[in-house]
Amino acid sequence: MYETADSIAALVQGRQVHRDVYTSPEVFRQEMKHLFANAWVFVGHESQTPKPGDYFATSIGDQPVIQVRHSDGEVKVLYNRCPHKGTKIVIDRQGNTGKFFRCPYHAWSFKTDGCLLAIPLKKGYEGTGLEQTPAGKGMKAVGAVHNYRGFVFARLAEAGIGFDDFFGDSLSSIDNMVDRSPEGRLEVAGPPLRYLHHCNWKMLVENQTDTCHPMVAHESSAGTAVKLWKELGLPEDAPKPPAMEIIAPFMSPYEFFENMGIRTWPNGHGHTGVHHSIHSNYTAIPGYYEALCKSHGEEKAKAVLAENRHNTVYFPNIMIKGPIQQLRIFIPLAANRTLVESYIYRLVGAPDELLARTAMYNRMINAPTSIVGHDDLEMYERAQEGLEADGLEWVNVQRLYEEDEDFETEAVENGTTERQMRNQFHAWVKFMTMGAAR
Amino acid sequence: MTVTKDDLIDFVYDEARMLDEGRYDDWLALWLPDGHYWMPLDYQQSDPLLVTSYLYEDIFMLKLRVERLNGARTFSQKPKSRCHHVLSRPFVDRMEGDRFETWTQMHYVETRLDEQQLLALTARHELALVEGRLRIANKRVDILNCDAAFRNIQLLP
Ligand SMILES: [Fe+2]
Repeated sequence: MYETADSIAALVQGRQVHRDVYTSPEVFRQEMKHLFANAWVFVGHESQTPKPGDYFATSIGDQPVIQVRHSDGEVKVLYNRCPHKGTKIVIDRQGNTGKFFRCPYHAWSFKTDGCLLAIPLKKGYEGTGLEQTPAGKGMKAVGAVHNYRGFVFARLAEAGIGFDDFFGDSLSSIDNMVDRSPEGRLEVAGPPLRYLHHCNWKMLVENQTDTCHPMVAHESSAGTAVKLWKELGLPEDAPKPPAMEIIAPFMSPYEFFENMGIRTWPNGHGHTGVHHSIHSNYTAIPGYYEALCKSHGEEKAKAVLAENRHNTVYFPNIMIKGPIQQLRIFIPLAANRTLVESYIYRLVGAPDELLARTAMYNRMINAPTSIVGHDDLEMYERAQEGLEADGLEWVNVQRLYEEDEDFETEAVENGTTERQMRNQFHAWVKFMTMGAAR
Repeated sequence: MTVTKDDLIDFVYDEARMLDEGRYDDWLALWLPDGHYWMPLDYQQSDPLLVTSYLYEDIFMLKLRVERLNGARTFSQKPKSRCHHVLSRPFVDRMEGDRFETWTQMHYVETRLDEQQLLALTARHELALVEGRLRIANKRVDILNCDAAFRNIQLLP
């Protein structure tokens, strides 16, 4: 049904998208086959595999992969599959494999770049032409890998768009997050939160730049927090504890979100919080600015801290928060199943209080136990169920829509525009249909 | 007042019953003002602050959590969740002066609409005797499958 490029392109009509993009198992299958193969997809952070032999098992779309540090120090990304019988080479989520991987089924072994190292009783393959088969080559590597300032991305397809062309100027958000470290380096801090949603993965990605929902969906948490705080009867300028600094801005009025601005870049990337954001007014942590000035110089330190981008979406399926040092990955499991993993990073060389605030943000806003997350999940799942209604088949994305929008150039717009959602769907069609038959 | 082992065990059972019956005002009154409810994310986690936890809540946050449950626009609680604790007999690990520690294994069931989840928990209570009353100084709850992917956990395990 959705085998042709035309049938996919017809699902996106500027102001609206067809509900099948969220509900159809066939569209989901095409996404795994085309979109997640043609795009550059986040794999992991290099600090998850710091030493040779360190590996981390994850997935790109529905493809099981291993991020591994090779003996030459490079990060490799290999399919997590023995070329012999298909057995997953690693089952635990992370570890160190030493100098080689060894399949637990028949002990075929592979160097950490995937090359076949040894097969027991190899004489059984003599004269059988093993070298000419895919199995004889070893574990298969993905099409291309790029480590950008510690963030490892991969493209499954052998050929396609280059890393720099795919991300362009959107990399400035990763730059800002990394530049916040006095040593220019991030380190993953602990395991991620893992939160299972019964909805389509794109609903979560779209929510990252949905600035008209916080004051509505999160009134129950942020609004109640503001109310309880007022009831304490403290003076207006009394210092707020970090928890209040984090949660209260969710209740900011529409005007705040309109003025904060949204920037979109080609290929579906974009961010909220161009001019200011809900992260702009956190209390300064003693010693941090000084440490940053010492390594960057005053001018650059000021410029780095002046950027308070809210959510940056890297199409297709991650979001980062520079000022919070958080990365969330929206892992597609099925048309109506998404696993969200929320990671946090330490700014190497910065005071611990920053990491404490980051960890607090992660648990308060994005945990399965979060009073903010509870209402988001409720909205997504009501939408997933509501979309089954046959009375209407289209989902509206036309807030601040303009005729002839050009997504191939960068733009900055009113912070409540749904342009970034439209930008994502423009890129979605592009990478879904790349090289497909009309 | 002299606190006996039975007093401590009864306290832990009573607390669970308050949560199951939704008597949150009574429950909040058990807490000392500087207490924290900690639910680690990692197995055998030792640091509540510099890595992620599920919960590390002070009294303000616990009050907010409880107040929110009854809000007119608390959409994820329409309809409301219900919960149910089954406790094995608490171990009393420490009785020193007016400070006490208990260790309790529990099965926690939370349900809403057609979904029901079961969590195997270990709860560690730090209790204190203050003005003749036992109070919660700190509480730590570890989930056996803490590294699994969860759906909403909305009430207090
Ligand atoms: Fe939200």
